Amino acid sequence: MKSLRKSLSGKAAIVGVAESDKLGKVPEISPLGHHAQAAHNALDDAGLSISDVDGLFTAGYSTYDIGEYLGIEPTFTDSTVVGGSSFVIHLAHALAAINAGYCEVALITHGQSGRSDRARNRGGGGMPADQYTSPYGIMGPPINYAMAARKYMEMYGEDRTRQALAEIAVSTRKWANMNEKAYFYDKTMSFDDYHESRWVSWPFHLMDCCLVTDAGAAIVVTSIEKAKDTKKNPIKILGVGEGHDHGSLISQMPDLTRTFGRNTGPRALEMAGLDYKDIDLAMIYDSFTHTVLVTLESLGFCGPGEGPDFVANQVTAPGGSFPLNTSGGGLSYTHPGMYGIFTVVEAVRQLRGETGERQLDKCDIALAHGTGGLLSSTGTVLLTSNN
Amino acid sequence: MAEKIKPIPQPESDKYWEGANEGKLLLQKFGDHIQFYPRAVSTKDGSRDVEWIEASGKATLYTFTIVHQPPHPSFVDDVPYIAAIVTLEEGVNMPTRIIGIDPEPENLTLGMDLKLDFIDADGQKLPVFKPV
Repeated sequence: MKSLRKSLSGKAAIVGVAESDKLGKVPEISPLGHHAQAAHNALDDAGLSISDVDGLFTAGYSTYDIGEYLGIEPTFTDSTVVGGSSFVIHLAHALAAINAGYCEVALITHGQSGRSDRARNRGGGGMPADQYTSPYGIMGPPINYAMAARKYMEMYGEDRTRQALAEIAVSTRKWANMNEKAYFYDKTMSFDDYHESRWVSWPFHLMDCCLVTDAGAAIVVTSIEKAKDTKKNPIKILGVGEGHDHGSLISQMPDLTRTFGRNTGPRALEMAGLDYKDIDLAMIYDSFTHTVLVTLESLGFCGPGEGPDFVANQVTAPGGSFPLNTSGGGLSYTHPGMYGIFTVVEAVRQLRGETGERQLDKCDIALAHGTGGLLSSTGTVLLTSNN
Repeated sequence: MAEKIKPIPQPESDKYWEGANEGKLLLQKFGDHIQFYPRAVSTKDGSRDVEWIEASGKATLYTFTIVHQPPHPSFVDDVPYIAAIVTLEEGVNMPTRIIGIDPEPENLTLGMDLKLDFIDADGQKLPVFKPV
Protein backbone atom coordinates (compact mmCIF):
# COMPACT_ATOMS: atom_id res chain seq x y z
CA MET A 1 0.00 0.00 0.00
CA LYS A 2 2.96 2.28 0.57
CA SER A 3 3.66 2.43 -3.16
CA LEU A 4 0.06 3.36 -3.97
CA ARG A 5 0.25 6.11 -1.35
CA LYS A 6 3.51 7.36 -2.75
CA SER A 7 2.11 7.32 -6.27
CA LEU A 8 -0.35 10.04 -5.21
CA SER A 9 2.46 12.48 -4.43
CA GLY A 10 1.94 15.60 -6.55
CA LYS A 11 -1.30 14.26 -8.07
CA ALA A 12 -3.57 17.10 -6.95
CA ALA A 13 -3.07 20.81 -6.45
CA ILE A 14 -4.37 23.65 -4.34
CA VAL A 15 -5.69 26.25 -6.77
CA GLY A 16 -7.52 28.61 -4.45
CA VAL A 17 -7.14 29.87 -0.87
CA ALA A 18 -8.79 32.71 1.01
CA GLU A 19 -10.05 33.98 4.31
CA SER A 20 -13.55 35.36 4.92
CA ASP A 21 -14.05 39.08 4.23
CA LYS A 22 -13.15 40.33 7.68
CA LEU A 23 -11.22 38.71 10.53
CA GLY A 24 -11.03 39.56 14.21
CA LYS A 25 -14.15 40.96 15.86
CA VAL A 26 -16.98 40.34 13.37
CA PRO A 27 -20.22 40.14 15.38
CA GLU A 28 -22.34 40.88 12.29
CA ILE A 29 -21.39 37.61 10.55
CA SER A 30 -22.32 34.11 11.70
CA PRO A 31 -19.93 31.16 11.56
CA LEU A 32 -21.80 29.88 8.49
CA GLY A 33 -21.38 33.33 6.95
CA HIS A 34 -17.60 33.03 7.39
CA HIS A 35 -17.71 29.63 5.65
CA ALA A 36 -19.66 31.10 2.75
CA GLN A 37 -17.56 34.25 2.28
CA ALA A 38 -14.34 32.28 2.44
CA ALA A 39 -15.68 29.68 -0.01
CA HIS A 40 -16.54 32.31 -2.62
CA ASN A 41 -13.26 34.14 -2.07
CA ALA A 42 -11.24 30.95 -2.52
CA LEU A 43 -13.18 29.99 -5.66
CA ASP A 44 -12.57 33.51 -7.04
CA ASP A 45 -8.89 33.06 -6.24
CA ALA A 46 -8.96 29.90 -8.38
CA GLY A 47 -11.08 31.34 -11.18
CA LEU A 48 -13.74 28.75 -10.45
CA SER A 49 -17.31 29.02 -9.19
CA ILE A 50 -19.72 27.24 -6.87
CA SER A 51 -21.12 25.27 -9.81
CA ASP A 52 -17.70 23.66 -10.38
CA VAL A 53 -17.59 22.13 -6.88
CA ASP A 54 -18.43 18.43 -6.64
CA GLY A 55 -16.54 17.53 -3.44
CA LEU A 56 -17.30 19.28 -0.14
CA PHE A 57 -15.26 19.08 3.06
CA THR A 58 -15.74 20.77 6.40
CA ALA A 59 -15.42 20.30 10.16
CA GLY A 60 -17.62 21.56 12.95
CA TYR A 61 -20.81 21.56 10.92
CA SER A 62 -22.06 18.77 8.74
CA THR A 63 -21.17 19.29 5.09
CA TYR A 64 -24.88 19.06 4.29
CA ASP A 65 -25.50 22.33 6.13
CA ILE A 66 -22.60 24.03 4.34
CA GLY A 67 -23.82 22.60 1.04
CA GLU A 68 -27.31 23.94 1.57
CA TYR A 69 -26.08 27.37 2.69
CA LEU A 70 -23.89 27.69 -0.40
CA GLY A 71 -26.19 25.94 -2.87
CA ILE A 72 -23.89 23.01 -3.55
CA GLU A 73 -25.05 19.45 -4.17
CA PRO A 74 -21.77 17.58 -3.85
CA THR A 75 -21.32 13.98 -4.94
CA PHE A 76 -18.45 13.50 -2.49
CA THR A 77 -18.86 14.64 1.12
CA ASP A 78 -16.52 14.55 4.12
CA SER A 79 -17.30 16.07 7.54
CA THR A 80 -14.30 14.55 9.32
CA VAL A 81 -13.80 16.48 12.55
CA VAL A 82 -10.76 15.86 14.71
CA GLY A 83 -10.36 19.41 15.98
CA GLY A 84 -8.14 22.07 14.47
CA SER A 85 -6.13 19.66 12.34
CA SER A 86 -9.26 18.58 10.44
CA PHE A 87 -8.84 20.93 7.50
CA VAL A 88 -5.23 19.87 6.91
CA ILE A 89 -6.43 16.27 6.99
CA HIS A 90 -9.17 17.17 4.47
CA LEU A 91 -6.37 17.95 2.01
CA ALA A 92 -5.17 14.36 2.33
CA HIS A 93 -8.71 13.11 1.79
CA ALA A 94 -9.23 15.42 -1.19
CA LEU A 95 -6.02 14.15 -2.77
CA ALA A 96 -7.28 10.58 -2.47
CA ALA A 97 -10.86 11.35 -3.55
CA ILE A 98 -9.76 13.26 -6.64
CA ASN A 99 -7.47 10.43 -7.71
CA ALA A 100 -10.15 7.83 -7.04
CA GLY A 101 -12.45 9.77 -9.36
CA TYR A 102 -14.91 10.55 -6.56
CA CYS A 103 -14.71 14.28 -7.24
CA GLU A 104 -12.76 16.73 -9.35
CA VAL A 105 -13.10 20.08 -7.57
CA ALA A 106 -12.86 19.81 -3.80
CA LEU A 107 -13.90 22.74 -1.61
CA ILE A 108 -12.76 22.78 2.04
CA THR A 109 -14.48 25.39 4.20
CA HIS A 110 -14.06 26.70 7.71
CA GLY A 111 -15.78 29.39 9.75
CA GLN A 112 -16.05 30.11 13.47
CA SER A 113 -17.00 33.03 15.65
CA GLY A 114 -14.79 32.19 18.57
CA ARG A 115 -14.71 35.75 19.78
CA SER A 116 -18.31 36.82 19.34
CA ASP A 117 -19.61 33.53 20.69
CA ARG A 118 -17.35 33.88 23.67
CA ALA A 119 -20.07 35.17 25.99
CA ARG A 120 -21.55 31.71 25.86
CA ASN A 121 -20.35 29.73 28.83
CA ARG A 122 -18.98 26.31 28.22
CA GLY A 123 -21.24 24.13 30.29
CA GLY A 124 -19.25 20.93 30.10
CA GLY A 125 -20.84 17.53 30.07
CA GLY A 126 -21.29 17.56 26.32
CA MET A 127 -18.95 14.65 25.65
CA PRO A 128 -18.82 11.37 27.56
CA ALA A 129 -15.23 12.03 28.62
CA ASP A 130 -16.12 15.39 30.20
CA GLN A 131 -17.41 13.62 33.32
CA TYR A 132 -13.79 12.95 34.32
CA THR A 133 -12.54 16.52 33.84
CA SER A 134 -15.21 19.27 33.86
CA PRO A 135 -16.31 18.75 37.48
CA TYR A 136 -12.69 19.45 38.52
CA GLY A 137 -12.47 22.63 36.48
CA ILE A 138 -10.29 20.93 33.89
CA MET A 139 -11.91 22.48 30.83
CA GLY A 140 -10.69 24.04 27.62
CA PRO A 141 -7.29 23.98 25.94
CA PRO A 142 -5.21 26.29 28.20
CA ILE A 143 -5.55 24.15 31.33
CA ASN A 144 -4.94 20.90 29.48
CA TYR A 145 -2.02 22.10 27.38
CA ALA A 146 -0.49 23.75 30.47
CA MET A 147 -0.25 20.34 32.11
CA ALA A 148 1.62 19.03 29.08
CA ALA A 149 3.91 22.06 29.18
CA ARG A 150 4.70 21.49 32.86
CA LYS A 151 5.70 17.92 32.03
CA TYR A 152 7.99 19.19 29.29
CA MET A 153 9.62 21.61 31.74
CA GLU A 154 10.23 18.77 34.17
CA MET A 155 11.98 16.70 31.54
CA TYR A 156 13.98 19.38 29.76
CA GLY A 157 14.43 22.27 32.19
CA GLU A 158 12.12 25.05 33.30
CA ASP A 159 14.31 28.05 32.44
CA ARG A 160 15.25 26.96 28.93
CA THR A 161 11.65 25.97 28.24
CA ARG A 162 10.46 29.38 29.41
CA GLN A 163 12.99 31.10 27.17
CA ALA A 164 11.86 29.00 24.20
CA LEU A 165 8.21 29.90 24.77
CA ALA A 166 9.17 33.58 24.89
CA GLU A 167 11.24 33.28 21.70
CA ILE A 168 8.26 31.79 19.86
CA ALA A 169 5.79 34.39 21.17
CA VAL A 170 8.05 37.29 20.21
CA SER A 171 9.10 35.99 16.79
CA THR A 172 5.53 35.18 15.83
CA ARG A 173 4.44 38.69 16.76
CA LYS A 174 7.17 40.14 14.52
CA TRP A 175 5.62 38.30 11.57
CA ALA A 176 2.15 39.53 12.52
CA ASN A 177 3.50 43.08 12.47
CA MET A 178 4.10 42.49 8.72
CA ASN A 179 0.60 41.11 8.00
CA GLU A 180 -2.17 43.68 7.64
CA LYS A 181 -4.79 41.00 8.28
CA ALA A 182 -3.25 40.06 11.62
CA TYR A 183 -5.13 40.89 14.80
CA PHE A 184 -1.93 42.26 16.32
CA TYR A 185 -0.64 43.93 13.13
CA ASP A 186 -0.22 47.24 14.94
CA LYS A 187 0.96 45.93 18.28
CA THR A 188 4.54 44.91 18.94
CA MET A 189 5.64 42.54 21.72
CA SER A 190 8.91 42.65 23.67
CA PHE A 191 10.38 39.88 25.77
CA ASP A 192 9.40 41.92 28.83
CA ASP A 193 5.82 42.15 27.57
CA TYR A 194 5.81 38.38 27.35
CA HIS A 195 7.25 37.73 30.81
CA GLU A 196 5.03 40.35 32.44
CA SER A 197 1.74 39.16 30.94
CA ARG A 198 -0.71 37.67 33.43
CA TRP A 199 -1.02 34.00 34.25
CA VAL A 200 -3.85 32.14 32.53
CA SER A 201 -2.92 28.71 33.77
CA TRP A 202 0.63 28.47 35.09
CA PRO A 203 3.04 27.82 33.36
CA PHE A 204 1.12 29.69 30.63
CA HIS A 205 1.18 33.46 30.51
CA LEU A 206 -1.54 35.18 28.50
CA MET A 207 1.04 35.60 25.74
CA ASP A 208 1.58 31.86 25.54
CA CYS A 209 -2.03 31.50 24.43
CA CYS A 210 -3.54 31.95 20.99
CA LEU A 211 -6.08 34.59 20.10
CA VAL A 212 -9.81 34.00 20.12
CA THR A 213 -11.23 35.61 16.96
CA ASP A 214 -14.01 35.42 14.39
CA ALA A 215 -12.76 34.15 11.03
CA GLY A 216 -13.22 31.73 8.18
CA ALA A 217 -11.04 30.27 5.44
CA ALA A 218 -11.43 27.99 2.46
CA ILE A 219 -9.26 25.95 0.10
CA VAL A 220 -9.96 24.67 -3.40
CA VAL A 221 -8.18 21.50 -4.55
CA THR A 222 -8.38 19.90 -7.97
CA SER A 223 -6.70 17.46 -10.31
CA ILE A 224 -3.44 18.38 -12.02
CA GLU A 225 -5.26 18.44 -15.36
CA LYS A 226 -8.04 20.73 -14.17
CA ALA A 227 -5.51 22.91 -12.33
CA LYS A 228 -4.13 24.02 -15.70
CA ASP A 229 -7.39 25.89 -16.33
CA THR A 230 -7.23 27.90 -13.10
CA LYS A 231 -5.97 31.44 -12.50
CA LYS A 232 -2.78 30.97 -10.55
CA ASN A 233 0.26 28.73 -10.27
CA PRO A 234 -1.05 25.42 -8.84
CA ILE A 235 0.46 24.34 -5.54
CA LYS A 236 0.98 20.60 -5.57
CA ILE A 237 0.32 18.35 -2.60
CA LEU A 238 3.46 16.23 -2.26
CA GLY A 239 2.94 14.40 1.01
CA VAL A 240 0.30 13.92 3.67
CA GLY A 241 -0.02 12.31 7.07
CA GLU A 242 -2.89 12.14 9.54
CA GLY A 243 -3.86 10.45 12.79
CA HIS A 244 -4.38 10.69 16.52
CA ASP A 245 -3.23 8.89 19.66
CA HIS A 246 -5.83 9.91 22.28
CA GLY A 247 -9.12 11.78 22.53
CA SER A 248 -10.68 14.34 24.83
CA LEU A 249 -8.71 13.27 27.92
CA ILE A 250 -5.12 14.47 27.83
CA SER A 251 -4.44 12.18 30.80
CA GLN A 252 -4.65 9.32 28.30
CA MET A 253 -1.97 10.76 25.99
CA PRO A 254 0.84 8.20 25.69
CA ASP A 255 3.60 10.82 26.16
CA LEU A 256 2.71 14.40 27.08
CA THR A 257 5.89 15.67 25.41
CA ARG A 258 5.42 13.98 22.00
CA THR A 259 2.47 14.64 19.70
CA PHE A 260 1.27 12.37 16.90
CA GLY A 261 3.36 14.60 14.63
CA ARG A 262 6.03 12.00 15.43
CA ASN A 263 4.11 9.81 12.98
CA THR A 264 2.53 12.25 10.52
CA GLY A 265 5.68 14.32 9.90
CA PRO A 266 7.98 11.48 8.86
CA ARG A 267 5.15 9.81 6.91
CA ALA A 268 4.41 12.96 4.91
CA LEU A 269 8.11 13.46 4.18
CA GLU A 270 8.53 9.85 3.13
CA MET A 271 5.57 10.11 0.75
CA ALA A 272 6.98 13.32 -0.72
CA GLY A 273 10.52 11.95 -0.94
CA LEU A 274 11.75 15.00 0.96
CA ASP A 275 14.03 15.71 3.90
CA TYR A 276 13.72 18.35 6.64
CA LYS A 277 16.43 20.47 5.03
CA ASP A 278 14.29 20.79 1.87
CA ILE A 279 11.58 22.72 3.73
CA ASP A 280 11.69 26.49 3.22
CA LEU A 281 8.73 27.37 5.43
CA ALA A 282 7.13 25.67 8.42
CA MET A 283 3.54 26.65 9.22
CA ILE A 284 2.89 24.93 12.54
CA TYR A 285 -0.36 25.21 14.46
CA ASP A 286 0.41 27.48 17.42
CA SER A 287 -2.52 27.13 19.78
CA PHE A 288 0.11 27.85 22.42
CA THR A 289 3.80 28.70 22.20
CA HIS A 290 4.38 25.30 23.76
CA THR A 291 2.47 23.55 20.95
CA VAL A 292 5.10 24.78 18.48
CA LEU A 293 7.95 23.62 20.68
CA VAL A 294 6.70 20.05 21.08
CA THR A 295 5.52 19.89 17.46
CA LEU A 296 8.94 20.83 16.05
CA GLU A 297 10.43 18.00 18.08
CA SER A 298 7.67 15.52 17.29
CA LEU A 299 7.83 16.19 13.55
CA GLY A 300 11.56 15.57 13.73
CA PHE A 301 13.06 19.00 12.98
CA CYS A 302 15.10 18.38 16.12
CA GLY A 303 15.34 15.73 18.81
CA PRO A 304 13.33 15.44 22.03
CA GLY A 305 14.30 18.27 24.37
CA GLU A 306 16.30 20.07 21.66
CA GLY A 307 13.49 22.48 20.75
CA PRO A 308 14.70 25.29 23.03
CA ASP A 309 18.09 25.30 21.27
CA PHE A 310 16.43 24.98 17.87
CA VAL A 311 14.31 28.14 18.31
CA ALA A 312 16.90 30.19 20.25
CA ASN A 313 18.04 33.68 19.20
CA GLN A 314 14.99 34.55 17.10
CA VAL A 315 15.89 32.25 14.19
CA THR A 316 12.16 31.83 13.59
CA ALA A 317 11.60 35.59 13.18
CA PRO A 318 11.72 37.65 9.95
CA GLY A 319 15.23 37.39 8.50
CA GLY A 320 15.98 34.29 10.55
CA SER A 321 17.27 30.96 9.27
CA PHE A 322 14.07 29.01 10.07
CA PRO A 323 10.99 31.01 9.01
CA LEU A 324 8.05 29.86 11.10
CA ASN A 325 4.39 30.91 11.07
CA THR A 326 4.94 33.89 8.79
CA SER A 327 1.30 35.00 8.94
CA GLY A 328 1.64 35.72 12.64
CA GLY A 329 0.01 32.41 13.51
CA GLY A 330 -2.76 31.62 15.92
CA LEU A 331 -0.85 33.62 18.52
CA SER A 332 -0.94 36.98 16.73
CA TYR A 333 -2.81 36.76 13.38
CA THR A 334 -6.08 34.92 13.93
CA HIS A 335 -7.43 31.92 15.83
CA PRO A 336 -11.17 31.36 15.69
CA GLY A 337 -11.09 27.91 17.31
CA MET A 338 -9.95 25.35 14.75
CA TYR A 339 -7.09 27.27 13.16
CA GLY A 340 -5.43 24.53 11.08
CA ILE A 341 -6.76 25.69 7.71
CA PHE A 342 -4.96 29.01 8.08
CA THR A 343 -1.56 27.28 8.12
CA VAL A 344 -2.33 26.11 4.57
CA VAL A 345 -3.61 29.51 3.40
CA GLU A 346 -0.33 31.19 4.37
CA ALA A 347 1.83 28.35 3.02
CA VAL A 348 0.13 28.62 -0.38
CA ARG A 349 0.52 32.40 -0.47
CA GLN A 350 4.22 32.18 0.41
CA LEU A 351 4.74 29.50 -2.26
CA ARG A 352 3.02 31.74 -4.81
CA GLY A 353 5.05 34.78 -3.75
CA GLU A 354 2.01 36.79 -2.73
CA THR A 355 2.90 37.88 0.79
CA GLY A 356 4.44 41.29 0.17
CA GLU A 357 6.64 42.63 2.93
CA ARG A 358 6.93 39.26 4.68
CA GLN A 359 7.60 37.23 1.49
CA LEU A 360 10.48 34.78 1.92
CA ASP A 361 13.38 35.08 -0.54
CA LYS A 362 13.11 31.40 -1.32
CA CYS A 363 9.95 29.43 -0.78
CA ASP A 364 9.60 26.35 -2.99
CA ILE A 365 8.54 23.80 -0.41
CA ALA A 366 6.37 24.40 2.65
CA LEU A 367 5.11 22.24 5.48
CA ALA A 368 1.70 22.94 7.00
CA HIS A 369 0.81 21.15 10.19
CA GLY A 370 -2.40 21.11 12.19
CA THR A 371 -3.01 19.92 15.73
CA GLY A 372 -6.48 19.17 17.05
CA GLY A 373 -8.23 18.54 20.33
CA LEU A 374 -5.93 18.39 23.34
CA LEU A 375 -2.74 17.59 21.40
CA SER A 376 -4.91 14.68 20.23
CA SER A 377 -4.76 14.66 16.43
CA THR A 378 -2.28 15.89 13.86
CA GLY A 379 -2.29 16.41 10.12
CA THR A 380 0.79 17.25 8.08
CA VAL A 381 1.01 18.30 4.44
CA LEU A 382 3.96 19.13 2.23
CA LEU A 383 3.31 21.57 -0.59
CA THR A 384 5.35 22.86 -3.51
CA SER A 385 5.18 25.53 -6.17
CA ASN A 386 7.55 23.49 -8.37
CA ASN A 387 6.09 22.03 -11.53
CA MET B 1 -22.50 31.50 42.29
CA ALA B 2 -23.05 29.31 39.28
CA GLU B 3 -24.12 25.77 39.92
CA LYS B 4 -21.26 23.29 40.13
CA ILE B 5 -20.66 21.01 37.17
CA LYS B 6 -21.54 17.45 38.06
CA PRO B 7 -20.37 14.42 36.16
CA ILE B 8 -22.88 13.02 33.68
CA PRO B 9 -22.25 9.28 33.99
CA GLN B 10 -22.50 6.89 31.09
CA PRO B 11 -23.90 3.40 31.76
CA GLU B 12 -20.35 2.07 32.01
CA SER B 13 -19.37 4.64 34.64
CA ASP B 14 -22.37 4.53 36.99
CA LYS B 15 -20.43 2.23 39.32
CA TYR B 16 -17.42 4.54 39.31
CA TRP B 17 -19.45 7.53 40.48
CA GLU B 18 -21.54 5.50 42.95
CA GLY B 19 -18.25 4.23 44.37
CA ALA B 20 -16.97 7.79 44.74
CA ASN B 21 -20.04 8.67 46.80
CA GLU B 22 -19.12 5.78 49.10
CA GLY B 23 -15.57 7.08 49.42
CA LYS B 24 -14.05 4.55 47.03
CA LEU B 25 -12.05 5.01 43.84
CA LEU B 26 -13.08 2.07 41.67
CA LEU B 27 -11.17 0.81 38.67
CA GLN B 28 -11.95 -1.79 36.05
CA LYS B 29 -9.82 -4.92 35.90
CA PHE B 30 -9.88 -7.42 33.04
CA GLY B 31 -7.59 -10.32 33.95
CA ASP B 32 -4.30 -8.58 34.78
CA HIS B 33 -5.21 -5.41 32.86
CA ILE B 34 -6.36 -2.41 34.90
CA GLN B 35 -7.82 0.61 33.10
CA PHE B 36 -8.97 4.17 33.67
CA TYR B 37 -11.63 5.24 32.70
CA PRO B 38 -14.43 2.64 32.76
CA ARG B 39 -15.42 1.27 29.37
CA ALA B 40 -17.63 -1.49 27.99
CA VAL B 41 -14.57 -3.47 26.91
CA SER B 42 -10.94 -3.98 27.85
CA THR B 43 -8.60 -1.69 25.91
CA LYS B 44 -6.13 -4.57 25.87
CA ASP B 45 -8.10 -7.34 24.18
CA GLY B 46 -11.78 -6.42 23.99
CA SER B 47 -12.70 -8.63 26.95
CA ARG B 48 -16.09 -7.98 28.61
CA ASP B 49 -15.11 -9.99 31.66
CA VAL B 50 -14.84 -7.03 34.01
CA GLU B 51 -14.05 -7.02 37.70
CA TRP B 52 -14.16 -3.81 39.75
CA ILE B 53 -11.37 -3.20 42.22
CA GLU B 54 -10.88 -0.48 44.79
CA ALA B 55 -7.75 1.58 44.19
CA SER B 56 -5.31 1.75 47.09
CA GLY B 57 -5.54 5.54 47.08
CA LYS B 58 -1.78 5.92 46.74
CA ALA B 59 -0.63 8.01 43.80
CA THR B 60 2.18 10.19 42.53
CA LEU B 61 1.98 13.56 40.81
CA TYR B 62 2.41 13.16 37.03
CA THR B 63 1.92 16.80 36.06
CA PHE B 64 -0.14 19.83 37.05
CA THR B 65 -1.14 23.38 36.22
CA ILE B 66 -2.22 26.24 38.43
CA VAL B 67 -5.44 27.62 37.04
CA HIS B 68 -5.77 31.40 37.36
CA GLN B 69 -8.46 32.10 34.77
CA PRO B 70 -11.66 30.24 35.64
CA PRO B 71 -12.84 28.11 32.68
CA HIS B 72 -16.47 28.36 33.81
CA PRO B 73 -18.37 30.69 36.22
CA SER B 74 -18.70 27.91 38.81
CA PHE B 75 -14.93 28.02 39.37
CA VAL B 76 -14.65 31.76 40.01
CA ASP B 77 -14.31 31.25 43.77
CA ASP B 78 -11.89 28.36 43.33
CA VAL B 79 -9.05 30.10 41.48
CA PRO B 80 -6.17 29.72 41.80
CA TYR B 81 -6.46 25.95 42.01
CA ILE B 82 -4.31 22.99 41.10
CA ALA B 83 -5.49 20.83 38.18
CA ALA B 84 -3.41 17.71 37.79
CA ILE B 85 -2.85 14.30 36.31
CA VAL B 86 -1.82 11.66 38.83
CA THR B 87 -0.46 8.15 38.40
CA LEU B 88 -2.25 5.68 40.65
CA GLU B 89 -0.32 2.91 42.37
CA GLU B 90 -2.24 0.58 40.03
CA GLY B 91 -0.39 2.13 37.08
CA VAL B 92 -3.04 4.24 35.40
CA ASN B 93 -3.21 8.02 34.95
CA MET B 94 -6.27 10.10 35.80
CA PRO B 95 -7.20 13.78 35.78
CA THR B 96 -7.97 15.27 39.18
CA ARG B 97 -7.33 18.14 41.53
CA ILE B 98 -4.70 18.51 44.23
CA ILE B 99 -5.98 19.92 47.51
CA GLY B 100 -4.49 20.66 50.92
CA ILE B 101 -1.53 22.67 49.62
CA ASP B 102 -1.06 26.32 48.58
CA PRO B 103 -1.30 26.61 44.79
CA GLU B 104 2.28 27.75 44.17
CA PRO B 105 4.54 26.00 41.64
CA GLU B 106 7.34 25.59 44.21
CA ASN B 107 5.07 23.55 46.50
CA LEU B 108 4.63 20.85 43.89
CA THR B 109 7.21 18.36 42.67
CA LEU B 110 6.43 15.90 39.93
CA GLY B 111 6.58 12.41 41.38
CA MET B 112 5.60 13.54 44.89
CA ASP B 113 3.50 11.10 46.92
CA LEU B 114 -0.21 11.76 47.18
CA LYS B 115 -3.17 10.16 48.83
CA LEU B 116 -6.81 9.93 47.89
CA ASP B 117 -9.43 12.28 49.30
CA PHE B 118 -12.83 13.47 48.13
CA ILE B 119 -14.49 16.83 47.56
CA ASP B 120 -18.18 17.48 47.15
CA ALA B 121 -19.76 18.93 43.98
CA ASP B 122 -23.36 19.59 45.03
CA GLY B 123 -23.96 16.06 46.29
CA GLN B 124 -21.57 14.13 44.02
CA LYS B 125 -18.21 13.26 45.55
CA LEU B 126 -15.17 13.67 43.31
CA PRO B 127 -11.92 11.78 43.91
CA VAL B 128 -9.07 14.24 44.50
CA PHE B 129 -5.58 13.95 45.95
CA LYS B 130 -3.54 15.63 48.65
CA PRO B 131 0.07 15.44 49.76
CA VAL B 132 0.94 12.55 52.08
